[in-house]
Amino acid sequence: MHTAAGVEARLPIRSDMDLVWVRQHVRQAAAQLGFGLVDQTKLVTAASELARNTLVYGGGGTMESQHLVDGSSHGLRLVFSDQGPGIADVEQALSDGYTSGGGLGMGLGGARRLVHEFAIESAPGAGTTVRVTSWTGRTPRPREEH
Amino acid sequence: MYPGGAAGRVPVLKLGEVLLVTIQGDLHDSTAEQLQQDLSETIARSGATGVVIDISGVEIVDSFLGRVLAEIAAQSALLAARTVVVGMRPAVAITLVELGLTLPGLRTALSTEQAMDLLTGPSRLGGRRQESP
Repeated sequence: MHTAAGVEARLPIRSDMDLVWVRQHVRQAAAQLGFGLVDQTKLVTAASELARNTLVYGGGGTMESQHLVDGSSHGLRLVFSDQGPGIADVEQALSDGYTSGGGLGMGLGGARRLVHEFAIESAPGAGTTVRVTSWTGRTPRPREEH
Repeated sequence: MYPGGAAGRVPVLKLGEVLLVTIQGDLHDSTAEQLQQDLSETIARSGATGVVIDISGVEIVDSFLGRVLAEIAAQSALLAARTVVVGMRPAVAITLVELGLTLPGLRTALSTEQAMDLLTGPSRLGGRRQESP
């Protein structure tokens, strides 16, 4: 399996200015690890969606980024954590069109489609943690049947 | 100062009856919302009939910015102006579709010139369809 090369950065998510920092950081990290332009764009977009969720629904939190290695492939893992109200029905929150706050409802489900690995832990009152990872030189995850 | 970030206001230029907006770099949410408001006020004040938004300098469009662009187009239409979004990067288009955001109401063009033709060219009098020569 992959080995972790340590936590590289922890960024606060407290304002929409922090969202700009998150996008810049993910863009630079992905470029350094050798992600192509389209994959960089997907990962930065996913990070932007998730960071905005952390800010808007979680009341702020952090993003940690981690560099992973698996054979010749490099991975970028991003962990978004907040101590907000949490999500009662995670499956519902992942479905397209679901929104609890004025967005287009593409945030979580859309972000999941843009990365290779996606995991979410949340419970009412216990905050939310979303972990996403993408790898260089991998085909996209198989599409889900609708 | 934020690297590549654009805090504050996006300038709105007027070229005849068309308003021209160029978004550069990474926009703050508040700057995008300010632009939305500035544009509707400028359209109402100037009677502009078209809006061209150049996003060739934008590296990512997430659902927030996508929503802002769609809302600008919708509110411009209510103010009798048509909106064309210009110069979307291919990687951005690929990502938006994967995200599930196809923005069907948004008119696009590959260059500002093409957008100006769409808004001010002969097709304007002939209805919505672009006739090929």
